[in-house]
Amino acid sequence: MIRSVMIGILTVALVGTGFWGYKEHQEKNSILIKSENNYQRAFHELTYHIDLLHDEIGSTLAMNSRDRLSPSLAEVWRITALAQNDLGQLPLALMPFSKTEEYLYNIGSFSYRNAVRDLENEPLTDEEYDTLVALYEQSGEIQNEMRKVQSMVLNDNLRWMDVDLALASEDEPLDNAIVNGFKIVDEKVEGFAEVDFGAGSSELATNDEQIAANLVGEEISEKEALEKAKVFFNLENVNGAEVTETGEGLAYEAYSIVIPDGKHDTNVVMDVTKKGGYPVWMLNERDIAKQSISLNEAFENAQAFLENNGFDSMKLVDSKQYDNIGVFNFVGLMDNVRVYADSVVLEVALDEGDIIGYEAFAYLDQHGEREEFTQELTVEEAQEFLNSNLEVMEHHLAVIENQLGEEVLCHEFYGVIKNDTYRIFINAENGKEEKVEKLANPEPKYRP
Amino acid sequence: MNNSRISAKKRLCIISMFIYVTLTLLPISTGAFSDQVIQRGATGDDVVELQARLQYIGFYDEQIDGVFGWSTYWAVRNYQSEFGMDVDGLVGDQTKAMLERSTQFDKEFVHKALREGRKFTHYGTTPLDIQKGPKGSRDSGESEQDGGSPEQDQQGGTAPEQGQDSGTGQQQPSPGQQQSDTGQPQDQPPTPGTWEQPAPQEDQQGMESPDPGQVTEQTPQQGEEEVETPTDETVDPEGETNDADIQSAINVPQGFSDNDIRIMAQAVYGEARGEPYVGQVAVAAVILNRMQSPIFPNTASGVIFEPRAFTAVADGQIYLEPNETARKAVLDAINGQDPSGNALYYFNPDTATSGWIWTRPQIKKIGKHIFCK
Repeated sequence: MIRSVMIGILTVALVGTGFWGYKEHQEKNSILIKSENNYQRAFHELTYHIDLLHDEIGSTLAMNSRDRLSPSLAEVWRITALAQNDLGQLPLALMPFSKTEEYLYNIGSFSYRNAVRDLENEPLTDEEYDTLVALYEQSGEIQNEMRKVQSMVLNDNLRWMDVDLALASEDEPLDNAIVNGFKIVDEKVEGFAEVDFGAGSSELATNDEQIAANLVGEEISEKEALEKAKVFFNLENVNGAEVTETGEGLAYEAYSIVIPDGKHDTNVVMDVTKKGGYPVWMLNERDIAKQSISLNEAFENAQAFLENNGFDSMKLVDSKQYDNIGVFNFVGLMDNVRVYADSVVLEVALDEGDIIGYEAFAYLDQHGEREEFTQELTVEEAQEFLNSNLEVMEHHLAVIENQLGEEVLCHEFYGVIKNDTYRIFINAENGKEEKVEKLANPEPKYRP
Repeated sequence: MNNSRISAKKRLCIISMFIYVTLTLLPISTGAFSDQVIQRGATGDDVVELQARLQYIGFYDEQIDGVFGWSTYWAVRNYQSEFGMDVDGLVGDQTKAMLERSTQFDKEFVHKALREGRKFTHYGTTPLDIQKGPKGSRDSGESEQDGGSPEQDQQGGTAPEQGQDSGTGQQQPSPGQQQSDTGQPQDQPPTPGTWEQPAPQEDQQGMESPDPGQVTEQTPQQGEEEVETPTDETVDPEGETNDADIQSAINVPQGFSDNDIRIMAQAVYGEARGEPYVGQVAVAAVILNRMQSPIFPNTASGVIFEPRAFTAVADGQIYLEPNETARKAVLDAINGQDPSGNALYYFNPDTATSGWIWTRPQIKKIGKHIFCK
């Protein structure tokens, strides 16, 4: 009797477990299918957009008048953005597919630059036209390869989830049809002769290379670097400091320094360049206690710090308080003109008022001799170019980098429309609206 | 109706007597500002007070949020210019003194509303009680719907709404009414309108003479509020229909929302919570470097959720609750810090599974992570 009851119970349990397992399995499958679908969609859209891209560049070429190209180039730019977005959704992150992404980026920036340019007055040069032709041919090749991969995926019913798993598993070298297909595409792109994208594509160079090019001075030793750090950040001592050299990945050579901060039992960490011994950035890792000084006092500390370290004529352009830290953004001042590229950011702890963060990438990157800019428009003339709804509150002269990556002298207007503050740069030479920014309002706390 | 009107009249009589008494007894109220010079970007109680005072006198008509943002900055500058002070946007001793003389501030009231996230306005001569809607019904006696000062109109029809909520139609004490009962000068505190016309005559000396009276005149109003309304807490939330509202806010860096920061903090926390602080900043910097790089997506979420980009995303650790340190690291990175030296990749040499990652030119090692190009 008991036995049959037990058997009954166990049978029910067995069936129940089986049913549960089956359910779980189904759910797992449906989730797998869903993510597979996402990958598939991204992939097919990518190929579709590359098709479109090729066609659009083609029709750009076919246009009779070179000065009507703008809308078409804008379309090219839009499609590259879409294609880039699709690529970003595919699980290729650790796979060397970056050449193709970079290629898309180049097409995008080339087409954008020429689309916004006034082609009426400044038509495409012959070189730029040749560039377009080259881009057309290359996009055709990519299109071809992508279609091959696509048909393979469709015919052989290949799964992106397998790519995902293959990439996740530690097997090297990878052997997966899709991955191999993409590798071929990437190699193809790599093989393209360097297309001349014209001026401005040097933007692509990461800025550590610019810093390397911009540094002046003698190489210094580890000891000197430590001494420099001590003086620069006004540290009591540098006992127990650890110095390591940065690797080949960084264009400029630097010492990475960790100096124990005995008072707070933490570390002060920084990089000092070998050439010239410039501190690039500094962070103090300590915890900040309750606020005891005001943002304004902190600002004075920050300014004194800059003066002590020979930063001549820096101007505070933004200050913000994040809990108990004050963040100050200084830019260079050249004959009363704000040079936004020469920027230094300082963080000051609002408990003891000391500098806990320093960052001068942009300054080291950009500071140096500048050509003289000519100011053609007066403030009043420049104001004519502003939206008439804008109530101007402040005006400065400023040098900024515009969308094409050129430095231009601008009239900088701060103004208000309704309750929002805008910053508008009007080119001081030709009255072009170089940049319009809505400045951040404080954000309500959505979370307690 | 008549009864309530009479009783309200009586009450007003008592109030005015009370005001007279306190007028002679109370010392001039001193401001609650601390000693600090308040600068744009600051946050905290002083900023709340500054905004409340500027709103009181009609220079600031946005939300009182305790963050010295651009709107507050322009309000301060306009105030300084109208009052003939140096226009520098800094709230120093002179500006604070002037604000304290020309406005009043009920700290308890404002802070309570701030804590509770309650909508309210602290605007000009509007008595505190009707600023909270239903309170009006209790005190309603005299009907002078249109006695509302210009400030009330600026708030987008606050007064009528109040009236409706209280269910007593036009019966509502208007500021003008109360002031006439006190027999004090009428045009103080000033309304925005009054400041705009006679701008030049307000040099500092000119301002000072009427001020003491004004301050003392208003102080009793606060007293009245306290005496008469011990039951603030019972206020019906539906009655809080004023336009100006108050909610604490925080500074955010240009171009990032607090939610962006939160997502990045989650990624940093999931990826590097055991790392030294600099290592966490470096991981946040890598996310930002990728956003700027042509070969990665251009948004924080795009970079973070890119398939197979971050292990913390793949194994779900990104959904852990980040701590304050991770958030601070993200803010540091957004403010420009980059201990990684422009790195686009990093890996943990002990657990890295991809051989390819070793081929990248390395920049440096921070904690357990090697950062590379």
